[in-house]
Amino acid sequence: MSGLEAPAQPAARQSRIAWLVVLAILIAAPFVGVYPVFMMKALCYAMFACAFNLLLGFTGLLSFGHAAFLGSAAYATGWLVRTAGWSPELGVLAGTAIAAAIGLVVGLIAIRREGIYFAMITLALAQMVYFVCLQAPFTGGEDGLQGVPRGKLFGVVALTDDLTLYFIVLAVFVAVFLFIIRIVHSPFGQVLKAIRENEPRAISLGYDVARYKLLAFVLSTGLAGLAGAMKTLVLGFASLSDAHWTMSGEVILMTLLGGMGTFAGPVIGAFTIIGLQNFLSDRVGSWINVIIGVIFVVCVVAFRRGFVGELLAALKKRSNYTAAKSGKPSSEAR
Amino acid sequence: MDIFGIPIQAFLGQLLLGLVNGSFYAMLSLGLAVIFGLLGIVNFAHGALYMIGAYVAWIGLDRFGMNYWVALVVAPIVVGALGVAVERSLLRHLYRIDPIYGLLLTFGLALIAEGIFRYYFGVSGESYPVPDLLAGATNLGFMVLPNYRAWVVVASLVVCLGTWFLIEKTRLGAYLRAGTENPALVQAFGINVPIMVMFTYAAGAGLAALAGVLAAPVIQVTPLMGSNLIIVVFAVVVIGGMGSILGSILTGLGLGVIEGFTKVFYPEASNIVVFVIMAIVLVIRPAGLFGREK
Repeated sequence: MSGLEAPAQPAARQSRIAWLVVLAILIAAPFVGVYPVFMMKALCYAMFACAFNLLLGFTGLLSFGHAAFLGSAAYATGWLVRTAGWSPELGVLAGTAIAAAIGLVVGLIAIRREGIYFAMITLALAQMVYFVCLQAPFTGGEDGLQGVPRGKLFGVVALTDDLTLYFIVLAVFVAVFLFIIRIVHSPFGQVLKAIRENEPRAISLGYDVARYKLLAFVLSTGLAGLAGAMKTLVLGFASLSDAHWTMSGEVILMTLLGGMGTFAGPVIGAFTIIGLQNFLSDRVGSWINVIIGVIFVVCVVAFRRGFVGELLAALKKRSNYTAAKSGKPSSEAR
Repeated sequence: MDIFGIPIQAFLGQLLLGLVNGSFYAMLSLGLAVIFGLLGIVNFAHGALYMIGAYVAWIGLDRFGMNYWVALVVAPIVVGALGVAVERSLLRHLYRIDPIYGLLLTFGLALIAEGIFRYYFGVSGESYPVPDLLAGATNLGFMVLPNYRAWVVVASLVVCLGTWFLIEKTRLGAYLRAGTENPALVQAFGINVPIMVMFTYAAGAGLAALAGVLAAPVIQVTPLMGSNLIIVVFAVVVIGGMGSILGSILTGLGLGVIEGFTKVFYPEASNIVVFVIMAIVLVIRPAGLFGREK
């Protein structure tokens, strides 16, 4: 996919320090007065956006139906925990597995076409999942699943306390984040990158491109499901909006705004969009969709690299400039 | 007289309703295919343009007493002008980059249009009266045919076939097809390709608006009518493949009829039957029924 910047490799030590600072801020956030439920919600969406970015940013596949996986896992976990009385950890695992299974079926069909068709097919299949969520006898129709209890983790730790659940959500988020970094830096991730940059060449090198794409799709949908399952536990409900196509659009926007193909981008994008929605929802009412639409248009026309992409590009330019000035070859120069 | 235990009147009624829906699918997928062919952009805003067309008719009647026949001409012109503005100000910056950005940009535009109309008109919807000339129904003996629905099917067939004739049989259409194959070469032959592209987008937008006006008396005019339809139309486009114009028309009408039948025999599945067919077609013939493998 042209127009995508390969993620730059900044000095490893510097970035490690930056990550530790961010982690410290996240740990401290609820103690300095940030509302923990807001933080948990934002972290769940950040997980969702990171999972989506694995597909768009690192494999070059635009799925326009990721809400289906967030939504189906949200409903599955909600139903299992509330009606079937499962423990939260089993409910979350089952929700994740169900999302991944649906992802496998959708992926098998969708990878038969490329590019823009892939986007349209995932959108259409996701709409099918949406109608199932609307009409199936166990999903509560228009109301969704209300009053899902948080229960006790492993039957021991009560999750009703927001602070306890916050640290569990944070732990899951950090695990997902590190897992995605691990995938991208693995040989498998390098093949995904090769497919993104030049698919015919990856085929001619002997890679079974369809299988790599499918595995990336299933991983991404499973992680999106994990985000949806956690969200149900946090908020105590699963609603139709989780599975609606506007949600699929929002996750694209989060990734695009933060910077696709970067690790931090989707997290920053998710916090920005969720924060914006939280801040604006009672102030502007139905204008929120107009504002989201305007951000979309501006991003596509003038800001395709997103926050992190622009920052990395600026840093690279500066380091090249200083390197040229001092007469030493830049570490970035090839 | 019954067919599989369904009264024939109900059966034919649903068949006609299916044809009506199929006409809208055909008109919208035709516009999408022509725009995609020349601009390389999948126009997510197509549903929004259809919705705006219906609202132009409704506002015209409600505020200015503009009748249906005038609306059939005015709405496509207004929405076509809007299309020109969008193409000149935004879309033309995207022709040289990955086509997914075109989809994302028009998605943003659809959100904006939907949000604005929701703010001013709410979500409950308005009803648009059937014009006097087409009110009532004709008794054909075996069924009662609502005149307006028959008109929608005939009118959209004429429009679709007219579009087919324009593109396949006229000189202008030849330029258009050549521009789809190789814009640089067509430009070198002295044809103003950017203007042609602009008018193509405007014409596609106008076609969507025309469908919106035709739809206004059959369904509730709501800000959400476009986005509900556009996803089905995407599935129609995937099933038909974007290669052939007659193919788009046939696929649109056919899927409308299948959807109508599903409403008779198994109503719960009528929302998803098009998507199921899409999945089956993709497994058997990934390029679509009328598409070419590139």
